[in-house]
Amino acid sequence: MLIAAIVALGVGTYAMRLGGVLLRGRLELSETLQRLLPMAAAALLAALAGTAALMAGTAFAGVARPAGVLVGGILAWRKAPFVVVVLAAAGTAALLRLAGVD
Amino acid sequence: MRTVQRTEADRALLRDAATIAAAMIAVGASFGAIAIAYGLPTWVPFLMSTVVFAGGSQFLAVGLLAAGNPLAALVAGLLLNARHLPFGLAVSEAVGPRLRDRLIGSHVLTDEVAAFTLAEPDPDRRHRVYWIIGLTLFTSWNIGTALGVLLGGATGDPDALGLDAAFPAALLALIMPSLTDRATRTVALTGAAIAVLLTPVLPAGLPVMCALLGLLTLVRLPRRKERSC
Repeated sequence: MLIAAIVALGVGTYAMRLGGVLLRGRLELSETLQRLLPMAAAALLAALAGTAALMAGTAFAGVARPAGVLVGGILAWRKAPFVVVVLAAAGTAALLRLAGVD
Repeated sequence: MRTVQRTEADRALLRDAATIAAAMIAVGASFGAIAIAYGLPTWVPFLMSTVVFAGGSQFLAVGLLAAGNPLAALVAGLLLNARHLPFGLAVSEAVGPRLRDRLIGSHVLTDEVAAFTLAEPDPDRRHRVYWIIGLTLFTSWNIGTALGVLLGGATGDPDALGLDAAFPAALLALIMPSLTDRATRTVALTGAAIAVLLTPVLPAGLPVMCALLGLLTLVRLPRRKERSC
């Protein structure tokens, strides 16, 4: 049962990935729809970033994590290199936790 | 000249890939360690990291599997991974035209791979970005999982390293350039706000899919034009 559930999850996830990739070729997408796809992806990615930054499960994530993401976000906005953004976000959250702020 | 630019762009890409790969190894290690701490057989985290390869759903499913609820693990995991379908549509051209590329390449599609691919402004380079990031993340996630299984709790808590802040910040950095377009910014910020507000009330996965409702902000614009005519 354990192995069946894991394999089914893997197959289902793969089917959704492949489905999207193959469907694009089958669909005769109008120019408007073609323009919408990157926007839809941006909305999903922004939602992933937003929920991961602010929420832990169904509750608020506390202080350290949102503060770290905020620092990273400001640096990204100021066009800092990717490595700097990621390290600054992690460093801020880690230091706040070290100082007892979670 | 072109080759020089290309090597520089590749070097920058590999540096960014290494950054995210390091974080993936650490989080993968915590996944492996947690799966073993739950008392699940050793093969479970390995099978999940290779066959499922979707971090969020693996953490969610491993808890439900350990609680003896495989059906809930399956349903919750699939719901959380439903976003890969629209991501697949968006990155399709970058995966490659050949069926073999699509069959193999689709498996390494994750949030980060979609973000890196769509952040590349040159459509000709997207294929390269997709495959380099996809294969790097698949490898680092599985190395991390193996380390976690071997070392157990010794790998430490990724939150203490602030890695829970690193991933959302990385996504933000990758989508930031696309947000200079006003319509995209409105759609993305509205979608993100909808997802955050719905997170306390909907099961995991659905709030992020509801972010697509942000596209409705586009509907208003043509109507206004009609009225003004």
